[in-house]
This record gives sequence, structure tokens and C-alpha cells, in this order.
Amino acid sequence: MKNILIIGANSAIAKAVARACAEEHARLFLLARDSALLAVQKQDLEIRGAAAVDYAPLDVTHFSLHEAVLEQALDTLGSIDLAVICHGSLPDQARCAEHFDAALEQFNINALSTISLLTLLGNHMSARKQGCIAVVTSVAGDRGRPSNYVYGAAKGMVSQYLQGLRGRLFPHGVHVVDVRPGFVDTPMTAHLRKGPLWSSPERIAQCLLEGVRQRRHTVYAPGYWRLIMAVVRAIPDALFKRLPL
Amino acid sequence: MRLYSWGRYPVSDSQPHAPRTPAAMAALLRHQASAPASLIARGLGRSYGDSALAAEVIQTQAFDHLLRFDESSGQLRCAAGVSLDQVLQVFLPRGWMLPVVPGTRFVSVGGAIASDVHGKNHHVAGTFGEHVTRLTLLQASGEVVECAPDQHSDLFNATCGGMGLTGIILDATLRLQRVPGSAILQQSLRSANLEEVVAQFEEHASATYSVAWLDCLARGSALGRALLYLGEHAQDGRYLAPRPGRLSVPFDAPAFLLNRFSMRAFNALYYARRVDPQARQRLEADSYFFPLDGIAHWNRLYGKRGFLQYQCVIPQDAALPGIRRVLQTSGAAGKGSFLSVLKKFGPGNAHWLSFPLAGYTLALDFKFEPSLLPLLDELDRIVLDHGGRLYLAKDARMSAQTFQRSYPRWEDMRALRLASGADRLFNSLQSQRLGL
Repeated sequence: MKNILIIGANSAIAKAVARACAEEHARLFLLARDSALLAVQKQDLEIRGAAAVDYAPLDVTHFSLHEAVLEQALDTLGSIDLAVICHGSLPDQARCAEHFDAALEQFNINALSTISLLTLLGNHMSARKQGCIAVVTSVAGDRGRPSNYVYGAAKGMVSQYLQGLRGRLFPHGVHVVDVRPGFVDTPMTAHLRKGPLWSSPERIAQCLLEGVRQRRHTVYAPGYWRLIMAVVRAIPDALFKRLPL
Repeated sequence: MRLYSWGRYPVSDSQPHAPRTPAAMAALLRHQASAPASLIARGLGRSYGDSALAAEVIQTQAFDHLLRFDESSGQLRCAAGVSLDQVLQVFLPRGWMLPVVPGTRFVSVGGAIASDVHGKNHHVAGTFGEHVTRLTLLQASGEVVECAPDQHSDLFNATCGGMGLTGIILDATLRLQRVPGSAILQQSLRSANLEEVVAQFEEHASATYSVAWLDCLARGSALGRALLYLGEHAQDGRYLAPRPGRLSVPFDAPAFLLNRFSMRAFNALYYARRVDPQARQRLEADSYFFPLDGIAHWNRLYGKRGFLQYQCVIPQDAALPGIRRVLQTSGAAGKGSFLSVLKKFGPGNAHWLSFPLAGYTLALDFKFEPSLLPLLDELDRIVLDHGGRLYLAKDARMSAQTFQRSYPRWEDMRALRLASGADRLFNSLQSQRLGL
């Protein structure tokens, strides 16, 4: 039986991950801000076949609470085989560009909170000498674009951090997966027009779990984003800065 | 944002909202309540026309949780944004089937109730809404009301089939049905014309599932020739959830590919396929109930201007002459479709704007072109003359007069909307066109 911790559990991708795990009768511990929604998810996941579902409210920007809430998750699950970090927020780039406070808030949500949680999870898992950590970052982290660089910089920071953490935890038998989705059709992006490059959260969840199973390092979700981002990264700055991206 | 439904006609400019909690949803209503609004709930966008289009749409995608399941009775309570696909994925492997499924499983429970959808078993099982034992409705006032066939029954009967015009369905309780196996044993019968296929429907009125594919471009004595498909559940205790489709239509087909010649050739070839009336073919549930779900974005086949599906029902007494006139008229205009479907309906129900009534229903797909609209108006007159009506979930263009003449309870619906304040909030492009 697998024990799975999901942080940012009310996000659309997390929900899809939790459902896929429930079908395989996993034991789940969910963390997210809105505990009323978590209570509804618990019912849902138990009907779908989860062995047990517990949850606790967590506002990830309250860094000082991280240790206690992870202790609580560990007490309930006993051990963690897989930790999935999914929380995030899509900032208003224009506002963040003008006001540092707004940008800082976004860095706290999308990057620093994740790094705080990864520190604690990394310590726990390296001591136990097993486990896997999967973090949902973004293709936006691969290169800064004028329309979205605060989000991109935060996600990019997490991706860089994961590269180092992966090496640090490797000798201890702990695996780290960086999942970089492209455009995903979720409530976070409901206001944006959809095109052929958009994926469902279920598809991203599938890529994530497949990456965990195959012990992949960086998972572009879906896979064709690896190619797209290789092209995006290859464009010279002199040209890139002129593109309306 | 440009928004359209499955037929890709019409296209509206809509502001979508995707609230994640009932409180956030109610806040959207309050925000709107000041002035008369054009707002409608939208599930998976699988109605064909303009019934889920409005200036503002509230998407129910985040309301997709299973809430309670009673293993002994099969009663499932779930949020309205849950898709029928999800229900089947979870419960079909455990031996439970939805009592009614439409031709696609990618519809939400809320949408299935609002359209009071029917399936291949309508003649024995009725509509989707007839298996709903309870639902929770968020009304224009912000009040959340529980209704059931015997509790706030007017509101219940107005909401099942009510096209989202009474409020937003938050969750519903459905009765799932135990089946002896998920696969279907299918029997195929060929018929030389419309009279013959109707006689076959009558003869096999006790079959669990029945539906006929019709050659809509056959003429003269072959008018309405068809292949009738009957189905019964396999008794083998094997259960398989619907599998994801492997085919997709990646882009819009050039619309000229669909012309009267290619249509006639396709229809003639399909009709000529080998059929053994004695054989029982075993089909998995997905290929029997949802053959088109295997081809993602099949609506793109009709080109970027989209298509209209014309689905009418004609009461039993007038069914044969009525359907014949519809086929003659559309055939004479040289308009036709790949998929023309004929089905015998059982009796209608108490839901005010529910489509089915005892008789025969015919569904035809037409590629959109301006010359189509006068033809459909002419078909409307034929349908009305024979006492029939059109399916609101597929409609994108019927007139208010046509609607009001054929749905006798429309005035009750209008009155209920006035009394509850729904008329100032829940208005789709369709409801505005139909004078609801």
C-alpha cells in the first residue's frame, strides 16, 4: 500500500493525481488552504477506492507552520512513499512588474513555500532512505517572457532547486521528479482562450505518475513541450526580446 | 472570449467563470443581480446549439466530486460537474451502469439533467431525469433548494429538462442500475424502407436498447431504408470501463468534402454493409453506446462553419407520414448527413420542457450553410403539422412561435422564472430567442 502526501491538493492537477492514486487504493494525506473543499475531496476519493484519506488545512505562505503540518501528515501516514507538490498561483504580471510587493507575494507562493516544504521533505526522506518527491513546476520556468516572467522566474527557481536536491538525495535512494506542464485547462486558466496545445489536468496527472513510475527526472507534460521549449530556449536573446511572447 | 458548443454554430462572445466553491458561485450571482443579466451554467459544452451560451457562462468543471454512494441501493450523489464518463469509469467495473446514457459520455450530470437526455433505451427506461431522485438547485436569489419528484415538485419538473433556466444545479442523486455484464449483444436488422423499420421497432418494442441508422438520401420506395440495431446486456459478469478513444480529427475538414454526392455514396455503402439478422455481435459498452466518442473532435468533420443537428419527435399516430415528409423534404433539397438516427420513444414524462413523447424521433446532421436555414424552417412546419417538436439540446435556430406551439408547458416555465427571479439572471442565447 502506498502512502501519498499531496500539497496544494485542491488544484486541478492535484485532484487528478489524487483520483488516479485512489483507484489504486492508496492512502492519501491532503494539504490545501480550503478545508471545506478537502472534506468534499475526501468523500470523493474514498468512493473512488482510496484506502484512507486524511487532510489538514495549510496556507503554504505561512512557512512557520510547515514543520508541524508535515509532522501531522507523517503521524497519520506513518511514512511517505510519494510527496506531490502542486500548489501555485498565476499572477497578474502587469501588477507584479510595477509593484514589488505583488511580485514578492507570488515568489512566496510559487517558489519559497515550495523550497521550505522541500527542505523538510528532503530531510525526512533522506533519513528514511526511500521515497519520491514530484513537484509541478512549469514550462514557463524554462525562459523568461515579458508576459509571464514573475511566474516563470518563480517556477524556474524551483526547477533549479530540484536539480540540486535530486543530486543531494540520490545517494539516499530518494528520487526527485520535476514535472513541467504546458498550457492546462483548469479553473486557474478559465479566462484564457484555449487552443490545440492545451491539455486536461488528467493528462498532466498521467504524465506525472508515469514519470514517478519510470523514475524520470524532468517530465514535460505532455512530452511534446520538451521539443517546443528546446526551440524557445534556442532563440538568441537579440531576437527573443523582440518577440511578443 | 469566443465560445461555441458542439455544433460550433452559433459562436458567441462570452465571459467564462469557473468558480471552485458554492460560495464563489453564489457570489457570481450576487454580482450579477443588479441588472438583467445573460448568464447560464455550462458543463462540458456538448449541447449542440446556443443553450449553454450567454454573455456570461458559469462553468461547473470544478464541481466534479462524487459525494455519496450506497452500495446496496446504487444511489449515487454527485456534484453537477461530474461527467457521465467519470461515473462509468468508477462504477461500471463494479457492475453498476447509468440507467440512461446519451450518445456521448462526455456530458456533465448537470447538463444531462438540464437537457433531460435520453438514450437507446428510452422506450423502456424513460429519460435521465426520471432516474434522478433528488437535486440541489442554486436559485437566482442565492437560496439553495433541495427538490425531488415529491418535494418542490414544480421546481423539480421545471429543472429536469429546463435547460439551466431555473438556476444552477449543484448536485444530484441518481439511481445506478446493476447490470449482468457491461458488454452488449447486438442484433442488426436491415429494412427496405421506413414502413419496414417502423414495423421492426414495433415488433421489438421490448428490446432493452434499440436505435436505427437511416439512409437519409434514399428515395422513392427505398425512402427511409435503415439498419436497426437491437441490444441486450451480456450475461457474462464481465465489466469493462469505457476506454479512451485513439482517433482524433486534428483540424477542420474542408467543408466541400461534404456534398450531396459524397453523402449519397457514404449512405449507400453503409447501408450495403453485411448484416446477419441471426448473429449476436458482442460489443463493449463504449463502442455500443458511444461509437463517436472514439473519435475526438468529430464535429470538425463538418468544417469550420459548424453544423446543425435537427432532432424532432413526431407522435405515434402521425409518426410514419411525418417522418416520411421530413425525409422527402430534406432529401429533395439535396441535404443530408452521415448519421441519421431514428428511434422509437416511450411515453413522455412530467418534466415541463422535456423533449421525448410517445412516437418516433429522427435526428439529422446538416453542415451549416445559409441555404440550410429556410429548409429547416420548412421542416419545422412539417413537424408542427404532425404534432411534433424539436429537441432543445440540439436547437440553435427555431423560432419562438415554433417552440411555444410545441411545448405546451412553456408558459408555466415562464411564470416560474418570473416568480423566482430567474428571468432576470439565467438567460441563454436560446432562452432569449425562444421568449422564455
